This record gives sequence, structure tokens and C-alpha cells, in this order.
Amino acid sequence: MSQQPPPPSWQHVGRHGIFPEGGHDDTARFDFLANMNSYLSTQLGPKVRAAYELRAKPAFEKAQGRAPQTRQEVRKAMLGDPIYQTWSALRRNAMEMRQQAGRALVFRQLGPLMAKAQALNADASGLKLDPSVAIPRHVSAVDIHCMPGGYHTEVVAEDISAGANYDSGIFATTGGMLGRYNDGGGQALAQWLKEKYPEFKPKRILDIGCTVGHNVAPLAQAFPDAEVIAIDVAAPMLRYAHARARSMGVRNLEFRQADAESTGYPDGHFDLISSAMFWHESSAKSMPKTLREVERMLAPGGLTAHLEQPQYHGMDLYEQFVRDWDAYNNNEPFWSVMHEYDLRQMMVDAGFDPERYFEAKVAGVVDRSIFPTASDEGEDYGRAALWTMFGAWK
Amino acid sequence: MSDIDDIDPIALAGTRAKGKRPYFFKDPDVDRVLSIAMVVAMEHAVTRQRLDALERLIESKGLLSRTEIDQFQPDATVETERGQWMQSYIARVLRIVQQESEALESGAAEPPLAELIEQMREP
Repeated sequence: MSQQPPPPSWQHVGRHGIFPEGGHDDTARFDFLANMNSYLSTQLGPKVRAAYELRAKPAFEKAQGRAPQTRQEVRKAMLGDPIYQTWSALRRNAMEMRQQAGRALVFRQLGPLMAKAQALNADASGLKLDPSVAIPRHVSAVDIHCMPGGYHTEVVAEDISAGANYDSGIFATTGGMLGRYNDGGGQALAQWLKEKYPEFKPKRILDIGCTVGHNVAPLAQAFPDAEVIAIDVAAPMLRYAHARARSMGVRNLEFRQADAESTGYPDGHFDLISSAMFWHESSAKSMPKTLREVERMLAPGGLTAHLEQPQYHGMDLYEQFVRDWDAYNNNEPFWSVMHEYDLRQMMVDAGFDPERYFEAKVAGVVDRSIFPTASDEGEDYGRAALWTMFGAWK
Repeated sequence: MSDIDDIDPIALAGTRAKGKRPYFFKDPDVDRVLSIAMVVAMEHAVTRQRLDALERLIESKGLLSRTEIDQFQPDATVETERGQWMQSYIARVLRIVQQESEALESGAAEPPLAELIEQMREP
């Protein structure tokens, strides 16, 4: 049996000024969960595939006289398989246990944590909340990735608990692959821009669906002279995000409560519009509207770039089925639909020039402080740091 | 919305996520028992890590003998703290039982995710 190096302990998670303080047992819980996720991905995952190839697929072929032709057929063939059932039940429990661990950590110190946030947000010129912003149905229909209360629920007035809980567990869920500050996506986008377009110097940057601002902060740091605005519909995320950014010394970054479908910014206002893991939590109603809004807000010569999980086109059926697990079992109802789209056509329909559309494979920037001998292996079907970037120049 | 002084951190930690929970085994009782067992497994690991930390610190500092740990008798304050820890522990272990009741009590009829996926497809 090959011995995998264990994922980095939660003791190495980046502790900025608003990060919840964990004790020994919090670290041990997150470490258990990171190791359980790693086991489910690298040890049990291949056995689920073997169960498909050796048992479920032949049974389907015998019954139907043909191989499964869609990921939905693969799913139906697998639902009754005991190894798939065990793997799925363990995976679902890992998500629920992660949520309980993060929320236990946050709620027992919510008062002191909110006091810290209020001090960091005292100069709130960079935090613009708007209670009139409605929470869209695709955000509130279910609690996305089993996060109780979703992004938006306020348990107390001036709440930050949803942001603190979200931030506290990403490191364990991703096995540290996004770096100590969980910002590997933003780092990857900033690095890609510097390497491919060293002359590109955006003056105004907009990040949509920013959550705790972990992926937009690296952009603000990469372009210190730019005015950077990050929007989200969820106030608890924005309060936490603003405090987080200020505690990390990022000052050219404003957080505003707004729906990306209709922001109110003037035409051509931004030179760069970004997002990270945003579209799969949107909807078929919202995504085209939001893409049109992005096109409207983008200045001629500007760039829009979005990090996402890979699309299903051309992907092995079994891998599609495994990636689709989160749609059915981790409260990601648009994940399945979004990953079917022809993104180029979506962008063209939103008004972009097909000739100026691009897609690229982007790997997360590895944090060498926690992975001194990092390898590129061990992708966890949708949770790991290997993404599709799509976008267009205007 | 609650007042910050009135919140119950243990209850809030265990709040269920909105959305119909998938069950995977032929008999959902198996899902329930597995869920409980996995938390026990996690908390056992937590305890084992803590003991390991403690033993290594003791060893490195030469402060205690194993006999002293065996003979430990908590005072009233420590007893309360240990009791509160037990409350939190039990709420963790029995999360699934509490969340199933919470789903029932909330009265919200939640469609299966497959239905919602189809709804999200509608432009």
C-alpha cells in the first residue's frame, strides 16, 4: 500500500486578524476531516471506480444491451452499489462534520470575534452594505455546499459568523491545496496575468461573488495602484471580508453589497472583471443576465476572467458522474447544469467577440510554506486546485 | 435574529443545512448509524491527539507521572467545565438525529435536488 503524505495540519492555516482562534481540539477535528477527505479521494475513490467497471457497468450493459451513454445513466447504475453508497455516505458526513466543526469554533467566540470585526471595520469607507439587495433564489433555495444558513443568514445583528465559518474550514476541505490563506485561486489569476500580459495594468477591478474576499485580495495586492471593488449579495461575508482584508493590510479594496446581475456601475467602468468558483452557484436565469452585465461594465480593451471547475464536454463519463456528485449530494443544484454549457457561446450571447474568447487550464499557486515538496497529483474531483479559466477581452 | 448574549453555540453548531438530505443505503437506518459512528471516530481521534500531545509534553518536561493522571480528582469548577464538554460532545455525536427532527419540525417540504436541478435549468 503506497503511503501518501498526510495533508498539512490546520495548525498551519493562515491566521489574519479576524480568523477565529482554534484550540488543540479544533485543529485535531479539522486534521481528522482533511485526512478523511484524502482517504475518500485517494484510497476509496479508485475502488468506487473499480466497482463501476467491474460490477455496475456490466450489470447495466447486461440489462440494456449497451454501455451507459450519459453521466445520469452512470449515476443510476451506481446508486445501488454498496461501495458507492458507503463512499457517498462518508463523503456527505465529512461535509456535515466540517460544518459542525467550523460553526462550533465560530459560535463559541462570536462576541469577541464580532468586536474584532467592528474594530477593523470602524473605518467603513470600504464597506458598503445595502439591505435592499434581495437574496436571489439560487443563493437561498438550498444551503449551498451544506453550509447551514448559506452565505447570507444573519444569526445576530451585524453578523459575520457565515464568513468566519466558511473561511475556517476551506483549508481542511481542500487539504491545504489553496494555500495558508485559501487564496490559491486569486494568486493563480494574478500570476497568470503578470506572466501572460505584463503590460496589462487595470485601473479599476471588479470581483463578483467575492464571499470572504480571499481570491480578490491577491489581485488588489498585485495591482496596488488599482481601485478594486468586490461585490456579493451576502452581508455576513462582506463584513468579514472587509475586516479580513484590512487586517492583512490590503487597503485598495472596497466591498459592496450588490447583485452582479445589476450593479449600477456605469458602462465601461472596469478594466478587469473576475470571479472564482462563482458561476456554478448561479442559475440558468441569472448567469446570462450577469454575463451581459459584465460585458456592459467592461471597458473597451478590458479583460474578464473567471476561474471554474472544468466543463464536462469531452470528459470521460465516469469522471463527469463523480464530479456531478456535489450537485446531488452537496447542495450544488446548478453545478450539473452549468458544467454542460458551451461557455464560448454563453459569452458570445452576452455580447463578447467570439474571436476574443479564451479558455485556459490554470493550476493553483502552491504554498511552499506548507508544501515544501509539492506534487501536482491528487486532484479531488472538484475540490482541488486545477481549474478552467474562461473569459474574453473586449 | 438573536441577541449575541442569547445564542446557543452548541445548537447553532449543529444546525442542519437547508436542502433535502440524501440517504445512500437501502435502509436509511444504516446512514444514521454510520453518521454517528463517524463522529465518534473523529472525536476518538481528537482525544487520541490530545493525549498524545499531553504525554509528549509531560515527557519532555518531566512534570507528571502516569499515576498522578490516574488519581486525578476534579474540583467543582473543573467538574462543570468537563460537564459542558460532555454536552457539546453528545450534541456532535447525535447530530443526525437532531437534524432529522429539525427537518420535520421546520415543516418545509423540500424537493429532491434532482428536481431543483431541473428548475435551475429553466431560463
